[in-house]
Amino acid sequence: MIGRKDLGLLILIIVVGTVVAIINPRFLSPINLANTANLIGLFGIFAVAQAFVIISGGIELSVGSIIALLGVIFVDLVAGGTLSPGMAAIVVLVLGCIMGLAHGLLIAKMGLQPFVVTLCGLLIYRGAARYYTEDATAGFPFGASFPMLEWLTAGRFYGVPHSLIAFLAITAVMGLVLHRSVFGRYLFAVGKNEEAARYSGINTDRIVIAAYVICCGLTAVAAIFIAMYTRSISPSSHGNFYELYAIAAAVLGGCSLRGGEGSILGVVLGTVLLQVLQNLVNLLGIPSSLNFAVMGSVILIGVIADRQFSHRKTG
Amino acid sequence: MTGISKSYPGVRALDDVGLSVSPGEVIGLVGENGAGKSTLMKILGGVAEPSAGTIVLDGEPLARLTVARSMAGGIAFVHQELNLFENLTVGANIFIGREPLRGGLLRFVDDSELHRSAQPLLAQLGADFDATTPLATLSLAQKQLVEIAKALSLKARLVIMDEPTSSLTSTETERLLATVARLRADGVAVILITHRLAEVERAADRVVVLRDGRCVAALDRSEIQAATMIRHMIGRDLKTLYRPPAGPPGEAILDLAAVRTAYRPDQSVDLSVRRGEILGLAGLVGSGRTELARAVFGLDAPLSGTIRVDDRPLPPASPTAAIARGLYLVPEDRKRCGLVLDFPIRSNVTLASLGASARRGLIDTAAEDRQARIQRDRLDIRAPDVTVTAASLSGGNQQKVVLAKWLSMRPRVLIFDEPTRGIDVGAKNEIYRLMRELSDHGVGILMISSDMEEVIGVSDRVAVMHEGRIAGLLERVTLSEQAIMSLAVGRLAA
Repeated sequence: MIGRKDLGLLILIIVVGTVVAIINPRFLSPINLANTANLIGLFGIFAVAQAFVIISGGIELSVGSIIALLGVIFVDLVAGGTLSPGMAAIVVLVLGCIMGLAHGLLIAKMGLQPFVVTLCGLLIYRGAARYYTEDATAGFPFGASFPMLEWLTAGRFYGVPHSLIAFLAITAVMGLVLHRSVFGRYLFAVGKNEEAARYSGINTDRIVIAAYVICCGLTAVAAIFIAMYTRSISPSSHGNFYELYAIAAAVLGGCSLRGGEGSILGVVLGTVLLQVLQNLVNLLGIPSSLNFAVMGSVILIGVIADRQFSHRKTG
Repeated sequence: MTGISKSYPGVRALDDVGLSVSPGEVIGLVGENGAGKSTLMKILGGVAEPSAGTIVLDGEPLARLTVARSMAGGIAFVHQELNLFENLTVGANIFIGREPLRGGLLRFVDDSELHRSAQPLLAQLGADFDATTPLATLSLAQKQLVEIAKALSLKARLVIMDEPTSSLTSTETERLLATVARLRADGVAVILITHRLAEVERAADRVVVLRDGRCVAALDRSEIQAATMIRHMIGRDLKTLYRPPAGPPGEAILDLAAVRTAYRPDQSVDLSVRRGEILGLAGLVGSGRTELARAVFGLDAPLSGTIRVDDRPLPPASPTAAIARGLYLVPEDRKRCGLVLDFPIRSNVTLASLGASARRGLIDTAAEDRQARIQRDRLDIRAPDVTVTAASLSGGNQQKVVLAKWLSMRPRVLIFDEPTRGIDVGAKNEIYRLMRELSDHGVGILMISSDMEEVIGVSDRVAVMHEGRIAGLLERVTLSEQAIMSLAVGRLAA
C-alpha cells in the first residue's frame, strides 16, 4: 500500500520530529501540536488541490491570490450581514469553481500554457482583492460574533482542530477519486501521455478542465478556513506565496512537474513535513528570516536524495 | 570481433558472436527483435562492455571499445531516431559541436565556412538540397542523408545504419540504397540492420543472421535470399503470409462518402470496408493515408463528407463516439499514441474500457486485473506479469498490448496504421493471424501499410492512395507490387 517514496518521507518526518522534540520538548506540548495540526489542515487542503493540477501535467500559480480574493469576499459578505455564513460559503465555492473552469477552458480549449494562464490569474485576483477592499484590511467589526461559523471552522473536537478534520475528510474523498476512480486513472493517463489518452477515447479536455475546477474549488474551501483563522485579511499580503507551499508539498510528496505522477498520501506527508520544518525554525530559535531558506534546502536535499536512490535502484 | 559474449543479469544477450568487416563492404545484419543486434551494436559503439571476446580494430586487439576509441576508429551510427536539430540548418547539424570559428577569443561561428565545407559531403551523397537549407523543411529521407553526411565529416570508415528505411517510401528507399552503394564505392563499410529483407537481398555483400544471441548463419552474396534468411532468423520455414478468409465478405461496415480532410482539401475519398475483409490501404508516405485514418477515427474533423459505421453516420471529430460504435484505431506511433509507456500493461489494456471494470465511477481492481490477464493470455503477451510497465516490453509485445486494449471491447471496424513497423518476424506473423481471426468473426479491417510485402501478403483487396485520393482498387487476383506502385505514383488514372 505505502510506496517507497512515501515511506522515506514518513521516516524523515519522524526523524526530524524526534530531533526537534529532544532539543525542545515544547514541540510535543498539546498547544504546539494543536497549532501545528491546524496549520497542516489549512495548508493541506490547497496542497491536495494543487496535486490534481500537477498530476494533469499543469500548474496552478494563482492559489495565494484566490485565497486572498475569496477570503475578502467571504469576510465582507458575512461581516456586512449581506448573506448568512452558509450562503456566503456557497457563493465563494461557486466563485472558486468558476475560476477553475476559466483556467481549464483557457488551457484545454485555447491551448494556452498553464503557467501563463495561472500567472495572469495570480496578478488579476490579487489586484481584484485589493480593489475590492480599496486596499483596506477586511475584518469582522468589533464585537461581531458568528458562533456557529467560528465553531465549524476554527473549533476543536477533543483538542483536534476542525481544520485538520476537514482536511482529513477531504483527503479521504480525494484519495478515492485520485487512486480508485475512473476519473483518477484518466487524470494520470492525461498527465503521462495526453496523446495516448486521446487515442483511447478519453475526453482529455474535460479531464484537464475538471482538474482545475477541483483545484480552485478546494482552494475556495481553504480560503474560508484561512479567513476564519486569521479573521482579518490585508489583501496585499494575505496568502502570499501559498501556491509555492502547495507546489513544494506536492513535489516533496512525489508529484512530478512533468505530470502523471504523485499520490495523495505523499502530498499529505509533504504538507506535514513543511509545517514541522516551520515549527522547527520557531522552536529551535533559528531566526525566522531563515524560514524559507530552511524549507528550500530541505526540499532540495529531499529531491536529490530521491534521485540518487531511484538511480541506484534502476542502475 | 571474435568470440564476443555479453551477459546481463539473468540473460545471455550475446554468445560467442564473431563479425568482421573490411573496407567497402556492405554487411546485412538481420535477426528478430531480441536476437542481440542492438547489444552487438552497443559494443561496437563503446557503450556496452563485452563480458568476453576481443575486438580487433585496424590490427589492434582490444578487450573493449570506449565511445571515444570507437569514434576515433571511424565507426559512426545512423540511428532509427535521428539526432538532429530541427531549428538549425543542414550545415550546422553536420558540424554540431565542431563548428569552424572566427573572431579569435569571441568565438563566433563561421557560418559561411561551415556551409562551404558541408557542401562536398552532401554532393558525395548525391543530396538534392544544400547546406544552408533549414533542417525542418527536409523530408525524413533527406534528414537521414544529413546524418550520414555528419558521419562522413567525422571521417567514418564504418557506418552502421539501424532500420534506416523503416519510415521511407519506396523511392526514398531506392535512393538510400544508392547512397549505400556510393559509400561502398568510396571504400566505406556499411552495416545495415533491417527487418526488410528485400533490401538486404539487394544491397548486402554478406549477411550475418543472429538468433537468440548467437550467430546462426553467415551468408555470402550468392546465398542471400529472403526465404533463407527467414529460415535462419526463426529457425523454421515460415508459411506464406496470406491466410484466405473463411468466407466471402459481407456488406459494407465502414463507408466513407466524399470525405475531405484539411490535409488535402482539394481531394475527396470514397471508400468502403466490408465485414470479414482485410482492405489494404497502400500509397506513398504523404499520400494522406494517416490523415484519412485520423479523420475517420475522429481525431481531426473532416472538412466535409460522411463516415458511416453500419449504415449509421458517425458524429465527426470524436474518438469517443467512434469507439462507442466499435471503430478502433491502432496508431502508427505506438509509443506516443498507442500506449502510456509508464503505465503497467494492465492499465494500458483497460484504458479504453475502464467503465466495464468500474461501478459508480470507482474501479473494481479485481475485475480490471481479470480482464487484463484474459487479454494477455489470449494475445500471448510475453511479460512476467500484467503489472510491469509497457515501456519494458519489446516492440511486438507493445503492439499486442495496444491490440489487447481494443480486443477487450467489441471491435466492428479496426484500422491498423503500419501494424508491424519495427516488429520482429515472429510477432508480425502473430499479428497477421489475429487480423484474419478478427475478420473471420465479421470485423472489417482497414490496414494502412508501406511495407509492400505486407500489403500484398495480407490484404484481400487493396486501395491505393495518391495525393489525397483513392487512385485505384485492386482485387486479390490482380495484386502485384507493380500494379500498386503504378497507382501509388499516379501513373495510371483511376
